[in-house]
Amino acid sequence: MNHLREAVVWLNDPLNWTNPGGVLDRLGEHLILSALAVLLGCLVAWPLGLWLGHTGRGGSAVLLVSNVTLAIPTLALLTILPLTFLGFGRPAVVVALAVFAVPPLLANAYTGVRQADPEARDAARGMGLSGGQLLRRVELPLSVPYLAAGFRTAAVQVVATTALASFVNGGGLGQIIRAGFGLDIAAGGGQVIAGGLLVAGLALLVEGVLALVERAVTPRPLRRVRRAASRRAADAMAGG
Amino acid sequence: MSLHLSYRAAPGNPWFSWQYVRDNSDTILAALREHTWLVARAVLIAALVALPLAVAAYWFRSLAGPVLAVSGVLYTIPSLALFAFLGPTLGIGAVTVLTVVVLYALLVIVRNALAGLHQVPPDVLEAAEGMGYGRWARLFRIELPLALPGILTGLRLATVSTVALVTVGVVIGRGGLGQLIFAGFQNNFYKAEIMTGTVLCVLLALVLDLVLAGVGRLLTPWLRRRSA
Repeated sequence: MNHLREAVVWLNDPLNWTNPGGVLDRLGEHLILSALAVLLGCLVAWPLGLWLGHTGRGGSAVLLVSNVTLAIPTLALLTILPLTFLGFGRPAVVVALAVFAVPPLLANAYTGVRQADPEARDAARGMGLSGGQLLRRVELPLSVPYLAAGFRTAAVQVVATTALASFVNGGGLGQIIRAGFGLDIAAGGGQVIAGGLLVAGLALLVEGVLALVERAVTPRPLRRVRRAASRRAADAMAGG
Repeated sequence: MSLHLSYRAAPGNPWFSWQYVRDNSDTILAALREHTWLVARAVLIAALVALPLAVAAYWFRSLAGPVLAVSGVLYTIPSLALFAFLGPTLGIGAVTVLTVVVLYALLVIVRNALAGLHQVPPDVLEAAEGMGYGRWARLFRIELPLALPGILTGLRLATVSTVALVTVGVVIGRGGLGQLIFAGFQNNFYKAEIMTGTVLCVLLALVLDLVLAGVGRLLTPWLRRRSA
């Protein structure tokens, strides 16, 4: 517990927060990297997932994507991508993180559209809506609970994974932990635990905030569906 | 991109190099062995802890909420943070990596096993009760066998994600194949070393997944007949 006291001391030193490369700098990097990665993931996964769900094809492909990305170590993508045409720096890190945001976004967008009430779909077709209109006016609104649940899962996962960007000096709060391990355990133990607390706290905070957002964007009649959706999103995170 | 097979053909820094694999087979095999051994122990320990937990949560409904809530919170905590909490206390060694990896595998197995147990049809349970099965006999002869698909799904997911997660152990120098990947990055971006570590990692996950899928097929012959 000695280290825990050191961690509290470390967190209470204002210079550790305001110094260049201090907590505030790292927090900013962490949030920017995560936000860009989630944005990139959404841009790729949502249109694809909605389209696949609309046409009803590619269900097995969606499953394959999530299984394959589960097997790829984050560390591998983080070290390989900077050596490709992406080059060193932020783009490579963002792309590597976005890869891990895609499976929950894709799976939930796909399921969301597939779950839309077939009778509503038939009624819309009967009213003469074209395929694109059907997707935009019926299937998309009905899949909002799933999209929100997938977004939350993906964002929390990316925030957690961004901590690993420190392995390739990509910035973020993980950098504090790595620097602490770089010191002797006796000297850096407090800093390591402090970094861990910051990273874990941020992940839990993002989870909590997004849970509220998810609730806010879900129309009241769909709240019951939402609960099923977030349960299913949790399963999708665990791959099931 | 062409596949360069040796340094003589490509003096630069190829992604794939047999020369590298041949020259460093000892290191590579040692890393592979450490990785596999870590994953095997982790999944075994996790399964031994998770199954009783799942059964307890299944029997006592009031336990299910807390178990799922705790596992949800734990799953949200980033792996690097867990290493940061446990590293200074447990020290730099395989025990720390094992603990972190077991914790994550545990959550996946508990969730899936519990889902599997809940999927046992109620009329089957009623029939079992009518035939005079006690609680334990019902568990071992009806509920667990019928929950096997869920349990096996959990085991497979836990195994695959554990293979990937072990590489994070690099932070305390015990990352198995992750050690190769990271050393390659630090070693002037030695692409062949990074790629060898990555490919072996993915292959290991694939092989273990197939093995478990095969075991699952052998254990649940009734599912095979139904789908055929």
